[in-house]
Amino acid sequence: MTSADLLLQQVINGLSLGAMYSLLALGFTLVYGIAELINFAHFNVFMVGAMVAMLTLQSFGLVGQETVLTGLPLIGTLGAAFAVAMLVCGGIGVGIERLLLRPLRGVAGPAPMITTIGVSYVLFNVVLLALGSDAKNFPNPLPPIAWRIGGAVLRLREVLIWIIALALMVGLTYFVQRTRMGKAMRATAQDPEAARMMGVEVDRVVMTTFFLSSALAGACGMIFGLYYNLAKVDIGFAAGLRAFTAAVLGGIGNVPGAMLGGVVIGLIEAVSGQTVGTAWADVIIFGLLVLVLIVRPAGLMGRLAPNKS
Amino acid sequence: MSPDPAPLLQFRGVNTHYGDLHVLKDVNYSIAPGEIVSLLGGNACGKSTTMKTIMGLVRPTTGTVLFEGKPIERLSTSARVARGIAPVLEARRLFPRMTVFENLEMGAYTRQRDARFDEDLERVYGLFPRVKERRAQLAGTLSGGEQQMVAIGRALMARPRLICMDEPSMGLSPLFVEQVFDIIQAINRQGTTIFMVEQNAAMALQVAHRAYVLQTGVVVLSGTAEELRRNEDIRQAYLGEMAVGTAT
Ligand SMILES: Nc1ncnc2c1ncn2[C@@H]1O[C@H](COP(=O)(O)OP(=O)(O)O)[C@@H](O)[C@H]1O
Ligand SMILES: [Mg+2]
Repeated sequence: MTSADLLLQQVINGLSLGAMYSLLALGFTLVYGIAELINFAHFNVFMVGAMVAMLTLQSFGLVGQETVLTGLPLIGTLGAAFAVAMLVCGGIGVGIERLLLRPLRGVAGPAPMITTIGVSYVLFNVVLLALGSDAKNFPNPLPPIAWRIGGAVLRLREVLIWIIALALMVGLTYFVQRTRMGKAMRATAQDPEAARMMGVEVDRVVMTTFFLSSALAGACGMIFGLYYNLAKVDIGFAAGLRAFTAAVLGGIGNVPGAMLGGVVIGLIEAVSGQTVGTAWADVIIFGLLVLVLIVRPAGLMGRLAPNKS
Repeated sequence: MSPDPAPLLQFRGVNTHYGDLHVLKDVNYSIAPGEIVSLLGGNACGKSTTMKTIMGLVRPTTGTVLFEGKPIERLSTSARVARGIAPVLEARRLFPRMTVFENLEMGAYTRQRDARFDEDLERVYGLFPRVKERRAQLAGTLSGGEQQMVAIGRALMARPRLICMDEPSMGLSPLFVEQVFDIIQAINRQGTTIFMVEQNAAMALQVAHRAYVLQTGVVVLSGTAEELRRNEDIRQAYLGEMAVGTAT
């Protein structure tokens, strides 16, 4: 492999990581935009998503990488695993909001944020008790199709991850930009009191936001499993922290910013891992974050002084 | 004009509190269909609290708010908008990063998107050709006067029976203030009742039929605009001599 091929290979890997971080970052940004809350439970909702996707695939009789499917069975199996992971995680998100955060709405100080940290640990420990701490073989029924681009290899799984992530982002953008509920979400993010005065039911908006953001975390858990062929109880921390960094880098509360931030972080992780060593990836990622925040405190696409009441 | 026997909006013995702070004190208002009623008063006397009590952002601790004869103080804000009460908020409060058109859509949020939506949109564009020109622009990029037009248009999109305006002339140039009050009268002539908080008493008393004067949460005076314009206390407290000159 020439160094150009190596770089291309890392760009391919980085885009897949980026797709994952973007989806996860969207969840942080959506919730922050509506509730001005950093939802630390998101880290482990994502992990639960990976586990639920794995259990769903196993329930179809898939074990590890042994079973290869094609055609409709493949699409059906993957679709079902995505759907179940997204619905379960969306449900968990709604539950967290409805049962734990809504009673704290309007409470000043860090109580809601601390609550999300607590929930994160509860999710972690429940999965730890139920499934154990070992790395699990995540079923991957994709046929081993790959294309050569020069010296680099593009696998089917990468293409699939890109397509799914793109479809989810386009869908989310459509929802937020065009639908009645999406407009209510944007209005609430910009001026909650005025939105209420227009007749927006803020409780429903907040609940929808938690559902969407957690469902995206569920999809992301499935993608993680497909990409790494593994699921483990502690995967939420590293991926979650990078995704959160991506959201801040792009400008927290800003939807396109989260997508851009995710891709940037994914590319940096892959390319720097290749060129200067994996150990340096986090140094470079967080160094860049600090740098961007010094130059543009509101993030790449964020606005300073958001118009909030 | 005396209050109609069947008022559109009525406050009966309303008290409101923010924690220990007692704001509205045993307040009574009565607004008949078709009226423009103004609420006058200095800073921090409870004018915006009155508006928030009508919209349901503040709940009375005691007393009743009636709309079309029915108590509404337990209804959600959304239910009140659906029944026909729309606000024009203090300082306009458009959604700055939504387009002018999307802001108008938010005004119609509680309604089904039907043929009447387009009808109402045309009506707003007819009243405010400037708003039509700027419909694709982000609301936050408009001038203050243009924003006030969008804010009024947004309220009209709810197809309301009652519009509650909180200081519509605040921060506008004198030319725009004139325009805004002309529009308020035009909307009222088309059949919408208007309850309007104002600090600009001279202007308010030119367009209003009746007015209430609020002082630290107590209604100290009420009457027709004509009566209040002649009232000696009002002239001293709220109307400079110049303003009285133009008002009469
Ligand atoms: N959300 C709130 N919490 C506590 N006090 C408030 C709140 N809103 C208004 N007040 C107080 O209530 C009083 C009346 O306020 P307001 O109705 O806004 O006055 P204005 O007549 O200027 O519109 C003021 O003393 C104000 O400080
Ligand atoms: Mg006020």
